Amino acid sequence: MIHIENLCNTWGDTFSLEDISLDVKDGEYFVILGPTGAGKTLLLELIAGIHSPERGRIMIDGEDKTSRPPERRNIGFMYQDYSLFPHMDAKGNIEFGMRVRGIDHDERARRLGELVELFAISPLLSRDVTTLSGGEQQKVAMARALACYPKVLLLDEPFSALDERTKSRLIHEMKALHHQQRLTVVHVTHSQEEALRLADRIAVMMDGRIVQVGTPTEIFSHPATMDIADFVKVENIWAARVKECTHDTLTLDLYGHEVRMARPEQFDCTEREVRLLIRPEDIVVGSGNRTSARNRFHGMIMKVEQRGFYHVVRIDCGFPIVTVVTKNSVEELRLREGASVDIFFKTTALHVVSV
Amino acid sequence: MGTTTIFDKVRQQPLMALFFFIGLTIVIFVIATLFNLLYQQLVLNPDNFLAVSRDSAVLRSIWLTLYTSFIATLLAMLAGIPLAYVLARKNFIGKQIVEAFIDIPVIIPHTVAGIALFSLLMKKGAVGSVFASLGIVFQDSMWGIVAAMFFVSYPFFVNSAKDGFESVSPNLEHVSRTLGASQWRTFFSISLPLSFRHIASGAIMAWARGVSEFGAVVVLAYYPMIASTLILYKFNTGGLQESQPIAVLLILICFVTFICLRLLSNTRRR
Repeated sequence: MIHIENLCNTWGDTFSLEDISLDVKDGEYFVILGPTGAGKTLLLELIAGIHSPERGRIMIDGEDKTSRPPERRNIGFMYQDYSLFPHMDAKGNIEFGMRVRGIDHDERARRLGELVELFAISPLLSRDVTTLSGGEQQKVAMARALACYPKVLLLDEPFSALDERTKSRLIHEMKALHHQQRLTVVHVTHSQEEALRLADRIAVMMDGRIVQVGTPTEIFSHPATMDIADFVKVENIWAARVKECTHDTLTLDLYGHEVRMARPEQFDCTEREVRLLIRPEDIVVGSGNRTSARNRFHGMIMKVEQRGFYHVVRIDCGFPIVTVVTKNSVEELRLREGASVDIFFKTTALHVVSV
Repeated sequence: MGTTTIFDKVRQQPLMALFFFIGLTIVIFVIATLFNLLYQQLVLNPDNFLAVSRDSAVLRSIWLTLYTSFIATLLAMLAGIPLAYVLARKNFIGKQIVEAFIDIPVIIPHTVAGIALFSLLMKKGAVGSVFASLGIVFQDSMWGIVAAMFFVSYPFFVNSAKDGFESVSPNLEHVSRTLGASQWRTFFSISLPLSFRHIASGAIMAWARGVSEFGAVVVLAYYPMIASTLILYKFNTGGLQESQPIAVLLILICFVTFICLRLLSNTRRR
């Protein structure tokens, strides 16, 4: 649906998008994930036609739209502040696109009815948009963006201005809407939660470049670089040496301990020094030998700290390990500072990155 | 529970109280000056005031002042809105210099502005001679008054309109474009209506500035006499007795017009 080829653009004296190439499939929910200042919004605005790229090509639905103005791209766009027109009521906002396209009164009324039903916003139609709550504004902005059947919906941090409860509810509704309407969505965010819950695929963007594209599992469990690993909060990153490399198994030396893992497809057996990564939630804490996991270590708990609904447990196994457990596990396993524990992880949970 | 007295409020916010009383002196100064003038004419000498109010030469002069300032304001809007929009939306080399030039009429003495305009627009001037060949003469004509008023008043309009356009988030314009509106449609449907308050306020200030102009007008177009010129002429020939009632009449007309325009722009805003 969207094909971006070697897109380059500078922004001021200091910032630039460099050689961006992406493909977004028809009906796909595609998330561009990256830290603040990575150039995500600029990329989205280039796709929308708000700025013209210095180089590169943007194809939408097979047509070259690179030099087309935004009004001739048939896309829906929603900013993080929703950008509702404050001098119009909710109905005026939703109908704006249809009015400027010269759609007649009957068709406008029919489409408005559909959108009102879809988003359940009937009571909001005559409201001054400046009096709407964040969630209500988002629904009106979505209805406005979808009013003219756009081929692509571009969302710039759509949940960042909402409280946690509303955000969680609206993410769920967005997922349902995407499924129901079979929309092609490009969603820009710095929130890993949004990316995990919504994305079919994720592109990680850093310093104006796309550094990895993959499914949520690929991005979060197998980050391509140390920077991505750091950004997606892989808290266990260790220096390790390759001891043995076979066609399907990799044996590593981790601070004198032997660790076995599935060999990644692209791993080059000539590499000796690597970084070993594992997500805290992939580590099992327990005691005894009742596990099928191949990698087992014994250590002492250094710290147990509450983080939201979970507890973070820091363990010294001769090297530091961070894991997360539920409150029940903390109580049942009596996880206290100074306590001895065994930890396990599966060979498939591990990931190596070249140094 | 005791009620909060004015003294409690002063104790709670001493800085605000001090600033309030200092600021009040300015308001009192303005009111005292105008009230004294109005009192002397409307209460102590109403017959003289009524006689002047019926003088067709005086009424013609005031009417000339009001409508020439109106034309100058319209021209300022016509040229100022595009300029203000470009300044609000675009960064370009030399932008600060352009902005400094826009403010020049505010800082130079208005007799100096008058001399500069006269040099340019007189019948033998570089621009004046071109217009003269088209039948438009600035020297001692209504168009000279309009040109002088335009020159001194447009900075008030342009700066206010620029603030207005800057207050409209570019994201609103971007969204409008993605919804199918052209640049023109976006400007007239989004940017202009949302800047209306600033544009109206700037137009009112520019009109008021034009009405109050004397220095530049008197150099370029002493005749036909606008109200300020007439008041000075009467002061020089007949003293306060003849100039004061015209001044009071001008104050009253301007004050009522100013209030009406303000109310109108606020109603539109709501």
